[in-house]
Amino acid sequence: MIALQHISKVYEVGGQPIYALRDTSEIIQSGEYVAIVEPSGSGKSTLLNVIGCLLRPSEGAYLFNGEDVSQLDDRALSHVRQHQIGFIFQSFHLVPRLTALGNVSLPMVFAGIPSSERQIRAREALEAVGLSDRAHHRPNQLSVGQRQRVVIARAIIMNPSLLLADEPTGNLDTHSGQQIMELLESLNAKGLTMLVVTHDPKVARRANRVIVLADGHIAKRVKGEELSAGSTPFF
Amino acid sequence: MLMDLIALAWSALAGHRLRTALSVLGVAVGIAAVVALTALGEGARQYVIQEFTSIGSNLLSVLPGKTETTGAMPGMGGVPNDLTLQDLLALRRQIHSVQYIVPVSMGTETVSHGERRRQVAVIGSSPEFLQARELSVAQGQFLPPGDVERGVPVVVLGHMTARELFPGEQPLGQVVRVGEWRMRVIGVLAEIGTQLGIKMDEVVIVPVATGMKMFNRSSLFRILVKVRSPKDLDSACEQVISILTQRHDEEDVTCITQKAVIATFSSILQTLTLVLVAIGAISLTVAGIGIMNVMLVTVSERTEEIGLLRALGATRGQILSVFLIEAVMLAGLGGLVGLLVGLGGVHLLTWLYPAVPASPPPWAMAAAVGLAMILGGLFGVVPAARAAKLDPIVALQRR
Repeated sequence: MIALQHISKVYEVGGQPIYALRDTSEIIQSGEYVAIVEPSGSGKSTLLNVIGCLLRPSEGAYLFNGEDVSQLDDRALSHVRQHQIGFIFQSFHLVPRLTALGNVSLPMVFAGIPSSERQIRAREALEAVGLSDRAHHRPNQLSVGQRQRVVIARAIIMNPSLLLADEPTGNLDTHSGQQIMELLESLNAKGLTMLVVTHDPKVARRANRVIVLADGHIAKRVKGEELSAGSTPFF
Repeated sequence: MLMDLIALAWSALAGHRLRTALSVLGVAVGIAAVVALTALGEGARQYVIQEFTSIGSNLLSVLPGKTETTGAMPGMGGVPNDLTLQDLLALRRQIHSVQYIVPVSMGTETVSHGERRRQVAVIGSSPEFLQARELSVAQGQFLPPGDVERGVPVVVLGHMTARELFPGEQPLGQVVRVGEWRMRVIGVLAEIGTQLGIKMDEVVIVPVATGMKMFNRSSLFRILVKVRSPKDLDSACEQVISILTQRHDEEDVTCITQKAVIATFSSILQTLTLVLVAIGAISLTVAGIGIMNVMLVTVSERTEEIGLLRALGATRGQILSVFLIEAVMLAGLGGLVGLLVGLGGVHLLTWLYPAVPASPPPWAMAAAVGLAMILGGLFGVVPAARAAKLDPIVALQRR
């Protein structure tokens, strides 16, 4: 379970305080599937970075599985990211010179997991995303859909409790986007908490719950099926 | 963990072959220079030491004139007293703890036999010269024993001198001219090579009194004192100086031990070696700046990757290690290549010019690779720290 309690993030721009997040509180239960949408503004990436332990909030507390991680130092935050959070990026962020296997193994390298164990776990993860036969291909030898599967394999390799997906289908065609969402949902079905940031209503309405941000705070909370596919959905 | 970081660094280096090769080359040139130059310096030092030790370490050289202090006694500086045969005899009478006390006079003369002539160094000495300089006679005998003040017209030829004056002939008993003097050949030295810069194979040796008359000199060139053990050198030196000071009414001789000469030369050549190392160090610094430059480019190119690694849980320390290891590997590789090139260069040099002594000291070889890696660490730390300091969010946003 993660709990945001009165989280604010302030940036100074030309001496003026700019609120990217303003007094935001939210509770996300373990195993939930939540989408975050925002018609305009940069609150959602700030929120994602705070939840992802990449950014410390200016104010408020952030409880991650009961522990307040909002004021942890860099080393401790790294440790939380390493063991609790899987990241899925719109632009993949794969290391081009490493094979699919090498990319999937990367989080384990920095966690100090021995090479033999890495091999086995990375192969299992690639198999889980249906890429066993692409283990020794480099990112540029893979289709975009396959690349996103490698990213998902990398995100789950450390058995995190939370999966953060930032526009996971943003660079994909409809068909492979559909496949990726199905893959992510199957992971959620196995109990992984999932948070998807998207501007695509088709993606958002698949979630159990949708959080709508506006001007740095939560403007609305709706159920996924309440979003209509066609019209401007958020207001 | 370390092995994994090394593997990661290796994959990055392998991904930019030309860039890696050029950086390696830069370091290699510097290291090769250090290896080759220290080899030359150290070779020269060892050559000199070998030269000096080849004439024995128990030798003391007494020469006229005070080299250490000048103008100490007003009105009495200037030309020192001669070092005479009487001085020699006085030393021989009063010092009994040493093995030999040997006079040496020196000059250059033309030695001829029939049509054959040759300019040679002429050494005037006494029979003990043979033992003092550790020479041996190949044919005949050395200078005959007897009164050092009486010059008899006999000569001992160096190995080469004998061969050139008497090709295919028996030199013993023959008469040669040394300058204006006719002299009978009584012996030929065994081949020995160069000692103290004198080609002992190309000399002629005459009785000391003959030599002094020949060169019209009243002073000896040197008095050599051979002691039984190197620990006697200092006391022998003191004795010699006190006796001669008494005889001359002032301290006007200098006493040089082989040890001191070797030490002086050794320190001069060590300084030379250090100067050569400094030259190498300059090129290493340039190579280090090259590495820093390449690593800065690498860090800025891989900003996105750094952000990713941070998001995946790598700490700042781990990011620092990744790039530091890369720089150290780059430099270490250069060190290895440089060492091989340097050694190859030294071998080539000694093969082309066998007379040039060159052998890289073992410490230099070990230091070369170590030095290169330290260099990598030193110049890699700024780029690596820059990488470690990157904000993961900002780094990830760069596309």
